Amino acid sequence: MTKPPPILLDGPQGPKPRRVLSRRNIFLYGTLLVITLYYAMPLYVMIVTSLKGMPEIRMGNIFSPPMEVTFEPWVKAWSQACTGLTCKGLSTGFWNSVKITIPSVILSIIIASLNGYALANWKFKGANVFFTILIFGAFIPYQVMLYPIVIMLREMGLYGSLGGLVLVHTIFGMPILTLLFRNYFSSLPEELFKAARVDGAGFWGIYFRIMVPMSLPIFTVAIILQVTGIWNDFLFGVVYTGPETYPMTVSLNNIVNSTQGVKEYNINMAATIITGLVPLTIYFVSGRLFVRGIAAGAVKG
Amino acid sequence: MCAVLPPALSRVEIMSNSIEIKNLDLNFGSIEVLQNLNLDVGKGEFLVLLGSSGCGKSTLLNCIAGLLDVTAGQIHINNKNVTWAEPSERGIGMVFQSYALYPQMTVEGNLSFGLKNAKLPKAEIADRVKRAADILQIEPLLKRKPAALSGGQRQRVAIGRALVRDVDVFLFDEPLSNLDAKLRADLRVEIKRLHQKLENTMVYVTHDQIEAMTLADRIAIMRGGKIMQLGTPDEIYGLPMNKYVADFIGSPSMNFIDGSIQNGVFTAGDLAISLTGYEFTSGEAVDGGATLGIRPEHVITGELVSHSPYCIDVEVELIEPTGSDKLIDCQVAGHLFRVRMDGQAQVSVGEVLRLGIDPARASLFDAATEVRL
Ligand SMILES: Nc1ncnc2c1ncn2[C@@H]1O[C@H](COP(=O)(O)OP(=O)(O)O)[C@@H](O)[C@H]1O
Ligand SMILES: [Mg+2]
Repeated sequence: MTKPPPILLDGPQGPKPRRVLSRRNIFLYGTLLVITLYYAMPLYVMIVTSLKGMPEIRMGNIFSPPMEVTFEPWVKAWSQACTGLTCKGLSTGFWNSVKITIPSVILSIIIASLNGYALANWKFKGANVFFTILIFGAFIPYQVMLYPIVIMLREMGLYGSLGGLVLVHTIFGMPILTLLFRNYFSSLPEELFKAARVDGAGFWGIYFRIMVPMSLPIFTVAIILQVTGIWNDFLFGVVYTGPETYPMTVSLNNIVNSTQGVKEYNINMAATIITGLVPLTIYFVSGRLFVRGIAAGAVKG
Repeated sequence: MCAVLPPALSRVEIMSNSIEIKNLDLNFGSIEVLQNLNLDVGKGEFLVLLGSSGCGKSTLLNCIAGLLDVTAGQIHINNKNVTWAEPSERGIGMVFQSYALYPQMTVEGNLSFGLKNAKLPKAEIADRVKRAADILQIEPLLKRKPAALSGGQRQRVAIGRALVRDVDVFLFDEPLSNLDAKLRADLRVEIKRLHQKLENTMVYVTHDQIEAMTLADRIAIMRGGKIMQLGTPDEIYGLPMNKYVADFIGSPSMNFIDGSIQNGVFTAGDLAISLTGYEFTSGEAVDGGATLGIRPEHVITGELVSHSPYCIDVEVELIEPTGSDKLIDCQVAGHLFRVRMDGQAQVSVGEVLRLGIDPARASLFDAATEVRL
């Protein structure tokens, strides 16, 4: 004998309907929209200005789209814009920045991840003292160190060279990156490390075969931090390099602040966008990697 | 009628020791976790370290494995002093509670990782992985990543990782704690089978007394970094050497009644139980303050009461039927007293029940030292 199916009464049934235009949604999306506009507006102005000729800019409508699109300011910014002395544009600075950023990022991340790994997993004698000193280093204001480092680099024969700046960036990245890696490695299950030791893996074996493959998210975070930090650095660049080896930020400053002739806003805007392009790209590319890394970590065995 | 078989010979005949721990101390900074611990594990023995959380079981196991540097003392494995040896050189395999499978490697990669580190030839590695996979029935899983395995399968792989190492000593740190009850019971049987098949030494940490009783040849009950009693499951259950062990083992736990012994009679409130039949550890009755302990399942009920040496009448306060049994709560000499009755027994709350106590099945502990009398 089967029971008859139950009869549904009038009134609510199934999922509760949600109104798209509820007060909550209007408020939420309205706020988001205003904030987005606030941040997007300057970028918009920069882009349109960089695509206008000087006569059009002088008319003063900074929000209007260009009547006649021209890429000349971009070309000029890259290869012809004048700093105080030379007129070679941003290109030299760009390649200097590349030559500074790549080795600094790689070196600092390799060293810091090894530091963090040793601190988290191989509790060697004096590890805590070492760590305390390192973290203390993160709180020393850069200004205090500027001049002593000038002297040190001069004694080492690295003052004014790209190598000197790479060294400075590597050292200054150390405290925060080590902290980052140490905390991440500490959060990985300790039993994995123990299992690997029972399996006969040593310091390097565990680092390369167990730890690094599980650490894509933190390496991505470290890369984002370091690339943007080092690329955007101005202070160390201007202090520790010379005109031939200036990074891009310093070139940009020299172009924008050059006192000769008329202010070419379109070139300045183009130069600024070009300089910001690298960190922007890193955000977009590695942001996706980052999310994927987190997702992969969430289902770890 | 069935004929009675002659008693079988005990399976475990301890020839020599597989693991010897001598005067072991372990401190974490100023925290003393293990103090002067001595323990011998026989070849082929299944030893279970049992104790509540935080009593130092894992710490002891990690010391044996070489994952912690000991503060003092020695550890010998297979008659070799391995106190300073690396974990991989000690001839041990270890299985962890959280499985600790390498997430980015396949099951096969997990099994072969240790063998590759030991630089074994490829053919040998493949051989051993296949044999381990065979024994544990994980062959179809070899190409999968740990994330694509169920809890039970993961734990099998973890056991396999110890198996491929072809070692004499297996260390288990609560390997079944992360599994649900059904799987836990299944894998428990599998581990026992595995032990019978491999006949290697196993040291198994757990806080679950059922696991300990069912698996162990001998159990070491730990508390605060010390071994309270070391013995076969029968000894631990039947002859607990102190009140802690008596209380820890058995569920529901032993009933305790505080009182005193005078001239071979235990008195507490209006109880006066003659201790004829109780075997004192010293051979003769001791006078003084004492605690009487008796397991709920050793209290005599029903028709057998008339044959028991001592009887009391109690009022039933609460009944907990578990299907196979009924647990009865009542009061004896001002203490909560629990009795296990047959599941079919007819009792109701408020009823007066006659219970029998046999001193031969009870335990007596010194009131001050809590040591068995
Ligand atoms: N790395 C450590 N540092 C300090 N104390 C620890 C450390 N590991 C364990 N302990 C302490 O040692 C005691 C025993 O721990 P453990 O052996 O893990 O207990 P369990 O019997 O639950 O496995 C605990 O009190 C714990 O707090
Ligand atoms: Mg533990």
